[in-house]
Amino acid sequence: MNFDLTEEQQMLNDSLRRFVSNEYSFEKRGQIIDSGKGTDPVTWAALAEMGLLAFTFPEDYDGLGGNAVDTMVVMENFGRGLVVEPYLATVVLAGGLIRDLGNDAQKRDALPAIATGERLMALAHSEPGARYNLSQVQTTARKEGDHFLISGQKTAVLHGGQASQLIVSARTSGTAGDRQGLSLFIVDADANGVKVNDYAAHDGHRIADINFSNVAVSADNLLGSLDQAFPAIEKAIDLGIAAVCAEAVGAMEAMNATTLDYIKARKQFGVPIGKFQVLQHRMADMFIQTEQAKSMAILAATEADSEHRDRRREAISMAKTLIGQGARYVAQEGVQLHGGMGVTEEMFAAHLFKRLTLINLLFGDAEHHLGEVSDGLLAKSA
Amino acid sequence: MDLNYTPEQDAFRREVRQFLDENLPDDIRERVQKRLRPDKAMTERWQKILFDKGWGASTWPEEHGGTGWNPIEQVIFEEECALAGAPRQLDFGLRMVAPVLMTFGNEEQKQRFLPGIVSGEDWWCQGYSEPGAGSDLASLRTSAKLEGDHYVVNGQKTWTTLGQHADWIFCLVRTSTEGKPQQGISFLLINMDDPGITVRPIIMADGEHEINEVYFDNVRVPVENLIGEENKGWTYAKFLLGHERTGLANVGQWKAIMKRLKQVAHEEQDGQRPLIENTRFRDRLAQLDMELRALELTVLRVLSDKRGPGPQASILKIRGTEIGQRLFEMLMEATGQDAIAHLPDALELDYNGPRPGSIDATPAAGDYFNMRKLSIFGGSNEIQRNIIAQLVLGL
Repeated sequence: MNFDLTEEQQMLNDSLRRFVSNEYSFEKRGQIIDSGKGTDPVTWAALAEMGLLAFTFPEDYDGLGGNAVDTMVVMENFGRGLVVEPYLATVVLAGGLIRDLGNDAQKRDALPAIATGERLMALAHSEPGARYNLSQVQTTARKEGDHFLISGQKTAVLHGGQASQLIVSARTSGTAGDRQGLSLFIVDADANGVKVNDYAAHDGHRIADINFSNVAVSADNLLGSLDQAFPAIEKAIDLGIAAVCAEAVGAMEAMNATTLDYIKARKQFGVPIGKFQVLQHRMADMFIQTEQAKSMAILAATEADSEHRDRRREAISMAKTLIGQGARYVAQEGVQLHGGMGVTEEMFAAHLFKRLTLINLLFGDAEHHLGEVSDGLLAKSA
Repeated sequence: MDLNYTPEQDAFRREVRQFLDENLPDDIRERVQKRLRPDKAMTERWQKILFDKGWGASTWPEEHGGTGWNPIEQVIFEEECALAGAPRQLDFGLRMVAPVLMTFGNEEQKQRFLPGIVSGEDWWCQGYSEPGAGSDLASLRTSAKLEGDHYVVNGQKTWTTLGQHADWIFCLVRTSTEGKPQQGISFLLINMDDPGITVRPIIMADGEHEINEVYFDNVRVPVENLIGEENKGWTYAKFLLGHERTGLANVGQWKAIMKRLKQVAHEEQDGQRPLIENTRFRDRLAQLDMELRALELTVLRVLSDKRGPGPQASILKIRGTEIGQRLFEMLMEATGQDAIAHLPDALELDYNGPRPGSIDATPAAGDYFNMRKLSIFGGSNEIQRNIIAQLVLGL
């Protein structure tokens, strides 16, 4: 039982905190978002320089051999400054899948390229109508000679429009809803038959719908075993959930800090509004929710790498539920305590509000994950 | 970071579990697990068994007869005790007055009072609240006037939990009316057998006698029973409340109740199916289960912090009591209409009469009523939010 960061993690935390507060101002973030590019080459290069993009890769592939707790440290800091770079998409989701499933050639090709910041990647898994069901995949990959032909529609691909390579889930057998029969492929984003619709997200990130029409992919690009990709997809999503849980904690802390500053400064009836007990208690509840969220983000991070599926899934769903609820609470209250200013584009609080809201919608909202935990109670004879 | 217990901690847990297997008397276990009426003799017997093992005071340092366990070991011990069906040890002596004695008491006071607490020979109760001083504790009026080598105490305390059994009461008394209300308070230890003390029961909404009023009419208390300095009692009182709050998270007990609640949800019928298959009920159970997990991790996180809990202990008090209240409410809801009947006699071990529903239904509503106290005592949850706002957030 140990809640301490290692010395390395503490150093990472300190330098990232400095980076975000010194090099990633609210104004600069606004400019990056307005550019429509979805990523800032200077920021991304700086993250690569700090070793961040290689943290969770094996040492044999230019990585640092880190784990999900390292990711937690990174994402908490990103949450604090609402960093919009494609870290989750490229490093956590796509990078994590290549690390876990890739053969030597695939790892050698992708991981060092991600680590240096040269390559952006994304996971194209979710499909229209699937909602949060991970096995609801209708995209097919049909074997033809030494190629597969991929056809289907993907949605909500995080930073899909910025990635030069996509990891695409497709059905190689079975029907939508089956856990068996799913495979993963590494696909170049500029391959014939790939059509990307890149959208802005409300929170300053980018998101894409991607259509695949008879896209030919070499059998060498099959990632992991044929038909057996489901457990790896599930685990990748769990790592993603642990990551956004940590990001939410950082954003909740930022919301508390900025709200606290605001209610100490803003005067009504001749006194700072923070003197009103009704607001003090709401602020105290925001603080309590954040402390609880912190505990759950730690639980998610320490279980996310686990191969013990049931335990991992339960921890992840518990964390996503309580953090989804807590993030919603802190986001709404933060706005309310700011008054009308809280819903203006000029206030950081409004941007925290938007990101916290959308994090709840990623990878299953609080209600979905509550259902997962709840159904787990049926299985377990008490 | 690693949320797994170390091999040493796992071994410690096994040792505690084995001790409980071998030494917790069956009748006590049954009484606790069926949530029957608590009994003074039971609490004393169990304290004696723990004392004989050297485990009478799990939160004390060894020099005072405690176990010297670290906070994580204390958590493991409490959790195992609760899961095994051991009665809760009496906080008033062990966790409330004892830390004050150790920190602010003189050598003679430590030697005089600590042994009786750890052995269970002395039953302590708390004399803080008064009819006119609840959350505004510093407005208390019970007076102590120095006459020679005695204080003469007059006034009234209330909400005195289990005061009907007590040998001693630790009291906040007013020794001065000068300056701010906090400045004239002293911390006195008073023998409940002293002439002039009257204890009157307050029957609570569950029909039980757990709480009392204590009246002081010219009670003579020797000056050697004053803790620390005169008029410095507020400092000691706040110190004590900080200790109380950490304990109020009560995770071990709540885990035991949660375990039972899940069993009840499997056992109770909802028409043709077990209640656990009712999704609306089960989702709420899952929600509570998660919140308890979050509380447990937060407690462990706070206890692992070398800086100690500080005002953040208020978080644990708020969440611990809210979750405890919901647990008992759900136990009542799980037993449904069977919980309606009020059967005071059925709260004894030897009851053989009729009852509606299962044995879990009998104490369910009374426990729910009783547990409303959790968010009110120990500094109401509103006071805790004030503490967070002022001491943590600087508002």
